[in-house]
Amino acid sequence: MATVTEAPPPLAPPAPETKPPRRRGRWTPYLLLLPGLLWLVVFFALPVIYQASTSVQTGSLEEGYKVTWHFATYWDALSEYWPQFVRSVLYAASATVLCLLLGYPLAYLIAFRAGRWRNLIMILVIAPFFTSFLIRTLAWKTILADGGPVVGALDALHVLDVTAFLGWTADDRVLATPLAVVCGLTYNFLPFMILPLYTSLERIDPRLHEAAGDLYAKPSTTFRKVTFPLSMPGVVSGTLLTFIPASGDYINSDLLGSTDTRMVGNVIQSQFLRILDYPTAAALSFILMAAILAVVTVYIRKSGTEDLV
Amino acid sequence: MKTTEETTTAGGGDVRLTGISKTYGDFTAVHPLDLTVPQGSFFALLGASGCGKTTTLRMIAGLEEPTSGTVHLGDQDVTALPPYKRPVNTVFQSYALFPHLDIYENVAFGLRRRGIKSVKKQVEEMLELVQLGEQARKKPHQLSGGQQQRVAVARALINHPKVLLLDEPLGALDLKLRRQMQLELKRIQTEVGITFVHVTHDQEEAMTMADCVAVMNAGRVEQLGTPADLYENPRTTFVANFLGTSNFIEAEVDATSGDDIVLKAGGGKLVLHRSRASAPATTGGKILAGVRPEKISLTHADDAGRIPEGRNRITGRITESSFIGVSTQFVVDSPVCSDFEVYVQNIDRDPRLAPGAEVVLHWNPAHTFGLDAAQDIDAGVETVEEEVV
Amino acid sequence: MAFVNWFKRNVVVIAGLLTLAYLLLPNVVVTVFSFNRPKGRFNYEWQRFSTDAWRDPCGVSGLCESLGLSLQIAFWATLGATLLGTMIAFALVRYRFRARGAVNSLIFLPMAMPEVVMAASLLTLFLNMGAELGFWTILIAHIMFCLSFVVVAVKARVMSMDPRLEQAAQDLYAGPAQTFLRVTLPIAAPGIAAGALLAFALSFDDFIITNFNAGSTVTFPMFVWGSAQRGTPVQINVIGTAMFVIAVLLVLVSMAVGNRRKRQKA
Repeated sequence: MATVTEAPPPLAPPAPETKPPRRRGRWTPYLLLLPGLLWLVVFFALPVIYQASTSVQTGSLEEGYKVTWHFATYWDALSEYWPQFVRSVLYAASATVLCLLLGYPLAYLIAFRAGRWRNLIMILVIAPFFTSFLIRTLAWKTILADGGPVVGALDALHVLDVTAFLGWTADDRVLATPLAVVCGLTYNFLPFMILPLYTSLERIDPRLHEAAGDLYAKPSTTFRKVTFPLSMPGVVSGTLLTFIPASGDYINSDLLGSTDTRMVGNVIQSQFLRILDYPTAAALSFILMAAILAVVTVYIRKSGTEDLV
Repeated sequence: MKTTEETTTAGGGDVRLTGISKTYGDFTAVHPLDLTVPQGSFFALLGASGCGKTTTLRMIAGLEEPTSGTVHLGDQDVTALPPYKRPVNTVFQSYALFPHLDIYENVAFGLRRRGIKSVKKQVEEMLELVQLGEQARKKPHQLSGGQQQRVAVARALINHPKVLLLDEPLGALDLKLRRQMQLELKRIQTEVGITFVHVTHDQEEAMTMADCVAVMNAGRVEQLGTPADLYENPRTTFVANFLGTSNFIEAEVDATSGDDIVLKAGGGKLVLHRSRASAPATTGGKILAGVRPEKISLTHADDAGRIPEGRNRITGRITESSFIGVSTQFVVDSPVCSDFEVYVQNIDRDPRLAPGAEVVLHWNPAHTFGLDAAQDIDAGVETVEEEVV
Repeated sequence: MAFVNWFKRNVVVIAGLLTLAYLLLPNVVVTVFSFNRPKGRFNYEWQRFSTDAWRDPCGVSGLCESLGLSLQIAFWATLGATLLGTMIAFALVRYRFRARGAVNSLIFLPMAMPEVVMAASLLTLFLNMGAELGFWTILIAHIMFCLSFVVVAVKARVMSMDPRLEQAAQDLYAGPAQTFLRVTLPIAAPGIAAGALLAFALSFDDFIITNFNAGSTVTFPMFVWGSAQRGTPVQINVIGTAMFVIAVLLVLVSMAVGNRRKRQKA
C-alpha cells in the first residue's frame, strides 16, 4: 500500500539543485520582442530624439545645421504661433465633446437596442473607412457649399445668426469657418469614439439595468449611476483616440477652413515641407508632443484607468 | 515514436515521488514529500484550495518543474521530461477542450500528435465508451457540462496513459450530475485498470471514488489511508474536521488500565482504547477525545437509568435540532463541549427531544479516538466552509 | 401623450440613427457625385447625370497607378506589422521579462502621438541618414505606426485565452512547435485577423505620414490630396464608392457563409 513520509529537511546550506533548470525558453521573450521593438526604437524613438536635437540647431539649408542649444527657437515659435496652438486645443476639444455627445447614443443603440440590426449598423459605422477619408472630407465641401440646402436651412432657421454672433461662422457661410473645421474633425474621428464606447457598453450585463430599476432607479438615474460609470473605460479611450489625432490634424483645416482656421498641424506641415525651416518645425512638433503627453498622463491618472494598452 | 513505446510498456507502473517540493519565491507550495501511488489504484489528493494538491499533480504531469526531488513512473525517472514526452495524461479543471476543434478531433488530438495515422476506430470506440458517439462533429461549446467532462476524460484515456491525472474534474458540475459522474469515472477506472490520481477539495467525492486518499494541508500530507481508515482513525484534528464532522472533548489522562485509557473531563469519566490514541498517554497529561456525531445515542434525562453500563456518557441540554429526512441533527450544550453535534437516525423519534430538553449522550468507548491536545481543535473547519461557498 | 411616451422610450434610438446618418451622409454624396458630369475641373456642384466615369475609372492619368501602389504598400505593411506585432503581443502576455514598463510605453506612445509629429520626426531621420524618399520609406513608416495597433488587438485575444489549453496540448504529446501551430495560433487567429484588417485600413488610408515621407512617390490618398488643389476628377468618387461597396459586400458574404456553416453544424 501507499507510503508517506516527510523527507528529511535539507541540510544547511540548502542543497544545490542537482540538475540545471530546464531551459524552457528563457530567451524566447527577448527573441519575440527584438524585431518589433528594434523597429519602434529606430523609426519612432530615435526620430523623436533627432527631432529634439534639430529643434536646438541653428544654420540654414545651404550651410547645414549645427547643435547650438539655441532654445530661443522655442520661444520664437511659441510667441509667433500661439494662436494656432490655442486653436488646435479649442477645435480638438470641441470635436471631442461633440463626438462623445453624438457617439454615445449610437454606441448605446448598437449595444442594447439594435437587436438583429446590430451587425448591420456596426458594418455601416466601419465601412466608410474604406472610402478614403480625404474623399469623404471633400464631400463636406459639397454638403456645406455656399447657398446649398444645408446652409440655406441653417440660415432660414437663424442658426447662422447665432453662430456668427459666437464667432463660429461669418458672412452667412459655413465653409471656411471654424464651424466647418470642427464639423469635419468631429466627422472624421467619430468612429474612434464609437468603437471603444461600444466595446465597454457591450460588456455591461443588461440585467444590471433591471437590477437598478428593481432598486427604485428611474431610467435616467440608472444611466447616471450604473451605465455611464461602467462605460468609463470606453469614454476615456474614446476621448483620447479622438483628441490626440484631432489636435495634430491639418487636413480638415486645409480642406474646409481658411487661413483664419490654421491649426498647429498646418504650421508644422508648411514649415517642414514648404518653408524648410527645420528647427522651428521641430520645436513646434516637440511642444505639441509634450503638451499632448502631459494632457494624456494627467487625464489617465485622473480617470484611474492606467492600463489602456 | 519514443513516447508510444513508453506508453505501452507494461509493469512497474507505480508513481513514485521522492523528496519532491515546490517553492515560488518565499512561498512553499509543497514541502519535500515522498509518496507512492501503486499501479492500478484510484488515488485521491484531498485538501482545501491552496494546500498544494494541484501543484503536486502538475509536477507529475510535467507542467510544473519541481524545486527539488524526483518523479518516477515505474522504473523510469521522468523528472526532466517535458509534459509531451511523459506517458501521463490529464483531465484539466474546466476541461480545457480545444474550442476550435470538434469533439472527434479533440479526442484524436493525442493520437495524431504521436504520429498515428488511422485513428478512426480508436476514436469511435472511445466516444462509445463515454456515450458520445452522436456528438462527434459538434464543437465543445455546443455540449452540456457533463458531456464536456466526458470528452475531456475520453481525450486523455484514448492515449492509454500509465497514469491519468484528474484536476478537480467534477468541480463545474451540479450536485446530481457530480454524483452520477463519480460512479461513471469509477466504472471507467475499473474497466481500463489505469492508475487514476484525482485532485479534489470535496471529501465526499474523494471517499466515494478513491481506494486511497492523501489529505493535504499547507503543502504537506497530513494523513494517508483508505477512506474508512481516515474517517475512523484520524490522526490530526485537521483530518478529523476536514473529513466529516468531529466532536472534541479536552480531557486529562486519569489512569491507564490494560488496553484502556481512562480520561477525566468535566465531572465525568470517559474510556478510550489505547490502540485508538495517536498521542502518547501519560497519567496527568492532556489528550483530545474525539467522537463522530453519528456514533452517539441521545437519551432523554428521565430515561438515563435505561442506558447500558460500560458506555461513555455526557450530560447536556439540546440547543438546536434540525430535521433533514434520514436523520435529525442536534446541537447539545454540555459542560465539556459547548456545541456537541449528534446525528440520530429517524427510526423511533422521541418527541421529548426538542430544544431545551435535558439529555444524556452516550456511545461505545471503542468509537472514541484520542488526539494530541497540542493542536488547534478547529483546524480544517473554516476551510471546509470556505470551499462550500 | 402616447407619442410623448413613445418618444421618451426611443429617444436614444432616434439620436443614434441621426448620428449614423451624419456618418453616412458624405458617402451618399460621394456616390451621387460619382454619376456627375461637372462643368469645370472641380466636382463639387451637381450638373447632370452621367456614367462616363464608371465606364472609364482609370481614365485619369496616375489615378490607378497610385491606387495600385497604395494597395501594394498596404499589403506589405500589413504583413510586416502583423508579424512583428503578433510576436510582441505573445511575448507580453505569455512571458516574464525585464523592463516590461519601458516596452509597454514604447508600444503605447506611437498611438498617443499626433501623426504630424511622428511624420516630421521620421522625415528628420530620413533626411539625416540621406535616405531616398519613396516606396521603402513609406513602407517603413507604415509598419511603424500600424505595429502598436496590431499589438493591442492580438494582445486582447491572447490574454482572454485559457493557458490550460496550451498545457492540455503539451499533455497530449504536442511539442512546443506543434502546440503553437495546432492550438495557440488557431485560437489567436481572430485577434490576429482583426489586427491585420486594422493595419490594412490604417495603411491604405494614411495621408499625413505618407505625405511627409513619400518624396515624389504618389499613393492614392496623396493623389486625392493633389487633385483637391488642382481639380477633382469624378473617377475619385467612383473608386471611393467602389471600395465602400466592396467592403460591405465582403463582410456580408463572409457573415452569410459563417452563419450557414454554423447552422449546418448545429
